[in-house]
Amino acid sequence: MAEEKELKVRVKEEAPAKAERVRPGRVFLPAVDIFETPEAITLVADMPGVPPDKVTVDVRDNHLVISGEIGPTMGAKETMVLQEYYTGDFQREFHLGAIIDQAGIQATMKEGVLRLLLPKVAKARPRKIEVKVA
Amino acid sequence: MPIVTFSDPFLDPFREMERLQRRMSRLFEESFGPGLAPWRPGVYPLVNISEDQDNLYVRAELPGIKSEALEITVHEGNLILRGERQIPTEEKQVNYHRRERESGFFRRVIRLPMPVNPDKVEASYKDGILTVKMAKPEEAKPRQIQVKAE
Repeated sequence: MAEEKELKVRVKEEAPAKAERVRPGRVFLPAVDIFETPEAITLVADMPGVPPDKVTVDVRDNHLVISGEIGPTMGAKETMVLQEYYTGDFQREFHLGAIIDQAGIQATMKEGVLRLLLPKVAKARPRKIEVKVA
Repeated sequence: MPIVTFSDPFLDPFREMERLQRRMSRLFEESFGPGLAPWRPGVYPLVNISEDQDNLYVRAELPGIKSEALEITVHEGNLILRGERQIPTEEKQVNYHRRERESGFFRRVIRLPMPVNPDKVEASYKDGILTVKMAKPEEAKPRQIQVKAE
């Protein structure tokens, strides 16, 4: 085994409130990996509890917003006995260092992890992106 | 004649209480780091435990984990969660802007609030959430008692 690293507890960070929300509950910042090649920027975000059809990705020029709504966190007849973590929606905004080719964006959601491929281009127009069900 | 004003902390118990609360939370933050309450366990993954009439449920947020990499054991009133989270390295030469997602192993023992039948344990994994459903034994189920009229 090359390296054995123990995972540490990281408490989810709540997103700063920017506007008043209509949907009840908390909003958290998803943990992300962002890396870049000469051709594209890739963003990977952990959004546990978010089904693939509840993810929205919005790109305008170099401004990116990702958000996800969580499904029901427990059965209707269940009562909480011990709560160590809070559940809620996810949202995070980014300013990308390059203009993105809107038509070439690919998004996949699998096991609560969103993966976004953002190809770079010179010119961009505002558009909404459909999330593919993995 | 003394004049009583409510700005005096000793004469405004609510204000005094608030001040004490603020000081307490600051003390906790200094000793345990911001946002980390002293009761919070330091073992990954954090779990939520809930129950209904027939079952006990333990849930954990484990995004991006292969279900084969999860090992769940129920042993003598304990639930043991073991697993590994792998983040594959990107093949090409890439430059990272942010690297917040972590990989590694975890092993956690959770003391269950009641004994469960080890033969009636089901685990499911959906959208990055692990749910372990455990059937309560008959003697732990709530029972309504009829009051006999004499």
